[in-house]
Amino acid sequence: MQSEVTLDSRDANFVRRTCSTLLRLGIRFRLDNSEGGMRLNFVIPDMDTYPRNLTAESQSDGTALQAEHSIFADEVTSTYEIQGPFPVYDLSLPDYGQNFVGGEGGLLLHNTVTQQQLAKWSDSNVVVYVGCGERGNEMTEVLVTFPELKDPKSGRPLLERTILVANTSNMPVAAREASIYTGITMAEYYRDMGYDVALMADSTSRWAEALREISGRLEEMPGEEGYPAYLGKRLAEFYERSGRVMVLSPDERVGSVTIVGAVSPPGGDFSEPVSQNTLRVTRVFWALDASLAGRRHFPAINWLTSYSLYTDDLAGWGRKNVANDWPEVTSRALEMLQKESELQDIVQLVGYDALPETEKGVLDVAKMIREDFLQQSAFDDVDTYSSITKQYLMLKTILEFGERESEAIKAGAQANQVSVLEVKNKISRMKWTPEEKIVALVEEIEKEMKEEFEKLVQSVIAT
Amino acid sequence: MIPLSYRTISQVSGPLLFVEKVRDAAYGEIVEITNAVGERLRGQVLDSSNGMAIVQVFGSTMGLNVGETSVKFLGETASVSVSDEMLGRTFDGLGNPRDGGPRVISRKKVEIVGSGINPYSRDEPSEFIQSGISSIDGMNTLVRGQKLPLFSASGLPHNLLASQIARQAKVLGASESFAVVFAAMGITSEEANFFVKQFEETGALERTVLFLNLASDPSMERILTPRLALTTAEYLAYETERHVLVIMTDMTTYCEALREISAARNEVPGRRGYPGYMYTDLATLYERAGRIRGRNGSITQLPILTMPADDKTHPIPDLTGYITEGQVYLSRELERAGIYPPIDVLESLSRLMNQGIGKGRTREDHRGLADQLYASYAQGKDVRALSAIVGEEALSATDKKLLRITEKFEKMFVAQGVREDRTIEQTLDIGWRVIDELSDSEIKRIKPDLISKYRPKKVEQVS
Repeated sequence: MQSEVTLDSRDANFVRRTCSTLLRLGIRFRLDNSEGGMRLNFVIPDMDTYPRNLTAESQSDGTALQAEHSIFADEVTSTYEIQGPFPVYDLSLPDYGQNFVGGEGGLLLHNTVTQQQLAKWSDSNVVVYVGCGERGNEMTEVLVTFPELKDPKSGRPLLERTILVANTSNMPVAAREASIYTGITMAEYYRDMGYDVALMADSTSRWAEALREISGRLEEMPGEEGYPAYLGKRLAEFYERSGRVMVLSPDERVGSVTIVGAVSPPGGDFSEPVSQNTLRVTRVFWALDASLAGRRHFPAINWLTSYSLYTDDLAGWGRKNVANDWPEVTSRALEMLQKESELQDIVQLVGYDALPETEKGVLDVAKMIREDFLQQSAFDDVDTYSSITKQYLMLKTILEFGERESEAIKAGAQANQVSVLEVKNKISRMKWTPEEKIVALVEEIEKEMKEEFEKLVQSVIAT
Repeated sequence: MIPLSYRTISQVSGPLLFVEKVRDAAYGEIVEITNAVGERLRGQVLDSSNGMAIVQVFGSTMGLNVGETSVKFLGETASVSVSDEMLGRTFDGLGNPRDGGPRVISRKKVEIVGSGINPYSRDEPSEFIQSGISSIDGMNTLVRGQKLPLFSASGLPHNLLASQIARQAKVLGASESFAVVFAAMGITSEEANFFVKQFEETGALERTVLFLNLASDPSMERILTPRLALTTAEYLAYETERHVLVIMTDMTTYCEALREISAARNEVPGRRGYPGYMYTDLATLYERAGRIRGRNGSITQLPILTMPADDKTHPIPDLTGYITEGQVYLSRELERAGIYPPIDVLESLSRLMNQGIGKGRTREDHRGLADQLYASYAQGKDVRALSAIVGEEALSATDKKLLRITEKFEKMFVAQGVREDRTIEQTLDIGWRVIDELSDSEIKRIKPDLISKYRPKKVEQVS
């Protein structure tokens, strides 16, 4: 099926890009340059051989200029599937596109550990790690540990696909400002070769601090909290350099840059300008929570304040690749956690014992989700990385326990009778279990769980 | 080049002299100022523009007049003669002898500004320093080459704690030469006497170098004092292979001196009037801690800062926290409860802890045990807040248990005597005793095999 296209445009850039795309695709075209603008005539020979979104939008009258832009301006807007390693906490917050690791109480949080974990395990061909105003000793730790790390996929040293931009806090302030631009430019270089690049910037707060310092030296009129008035613009410019693009090249190549920026607001105050301006341009937010860190709940990502605007995009992928009920399982878990936080407020007032048994059951299950699933040790060989299938199995098992518990409670059991069940120990050992043994363990747990609950219900009915 | 003298002072403003018609004044150059009666002062060029130099005077500018004062540009930046002879001596904030002894004569003269260490040439700090204080060794371990500030406030025993650390700090199984460099900035003479007495009593004075800038001394000297101390420390560490502990107190008065200069220069103020470059300035001090590859010595920093109004979001603790590898946080609440040292472990953090502990360094159960204590203590503190509302009677059995653990943690683990030097074994054993009420399955942070190996055997276990 052929289609004839006529484009009228005054936008020379757009026409130039279109021409280069047509050249790349080997399509002949005629360009008329008149006073009113430029007219481009071409015939698309066979629609089926070109990307689908191109067919849908192309119209022979050439009016849908905006839509045409999206065809030819090299941006790919389809959902991108991330395969392979996921740390557990990615479950409710898929990592895609632009990310933002924020921190409440920058002093206390291991956001450096979180970022390093991401560098180790994220699914990307190239990792650019920018230590922006980093502590000398921590940068050294990165420099020492990275060469020792094995890439889980290839088994080769991780450093072979990693670039470290080491800027420590005692280096000149201009170098600190430049460091993240250096990093992102390197990332774009690899993106243009068609690689998927993950860029970690730790921390953009210190970069903003450098911006403020230089601005002060230039005697510019200070904006909010002494930061220059253009802080928001600079941040947006930086984060907008991420994304997935079709690069200009004779063959079809798609590359991407994912930015994970760390922000460490003073005293955990999210209302400060760097956090606010960052939240405005990013779509995923992981809030590191000081009170979780205090409890040694690591990664200290607060499950309620964090969010991802990509969750819906990835639901379909999850159904196809993990399990059919994947989105339901994750949202059910989040629901339990949300319920728990509401109940905690009540517990603060009346105490745990005053709660009805069903509510106690909810608290128990939420506690299991927190302790046996969300908590993860970066320093344990097994627990440091959990495949998405393992995550699913773990979560599913815990939720199933929750369902059986609520049934048992309905039948008249007490929550404290449930909490002493032997099978709970096994559930808490799931995360220490290597990938290859997890299926067997889960089956065993399910069997035991069934037996123990049945026994419990019988004994309750008997009395 | 013969140093030139100028009598072209146009203005004296606070600690600054504005000298006109100057040729080739170098940034950071040291000047000698002679007043009308022939007294001499030192100063440093802060700003050098065409035909104009701004000089910051170390000392009082009171009584300097515009017409008769002469300024001699010495053609060198601030430097200090360093030698082994400095051990056991006391100097003022500018490096002049304060103890009545002779000047230090040495062939080695070093510029005090120091230079940034390339993170690639650094050695990873990983040697455990036993301070003999449980809440530091057990929960926030200090390692050689780390910079770990004490976040304190007026009225808290930070001096006592710092001197206890200086007295007890040692590396296990090593008999290497050790030195202390003490930099006092704006502390009272009583505090200075306290430290000197402490060092004398323990016989540590002969391996200590003291730089004392007291509260009554000119505040401008404070800018130089820590740099002199660190330059001396670098000599002792990297040239004579000693392990040097640098105590800097009080960083708050240092920052106030920075602010004073900034205000006198009419600079655009940053947060709370502190200059925008304070982060960079502090980084050039703190980042001088560390180890260098191929050298045997090390510099460990223990800066002390007092948080104005106990506010940890104040720019001084905030920026310090960005640079240092954690902090030891002193709490007024614990101090009031009569606990010494009043270290709030939940607010404290050592970012290099993981490198310094574990098998072969301390004990393999250290990490897990510390996490378990953290978790139980954090939960226990929540329960304590709850019991204040609902009363202890209304608590569940688990909560009561947590409450007892919290009590024990503060009374047995954190609290210890000023002269009590606990080994790491003792610290960890006390830790196990604190959590002895928990059953094996309630101990979630420690691996099962380590529990059975290290848990003290008991007659009966509470389940």
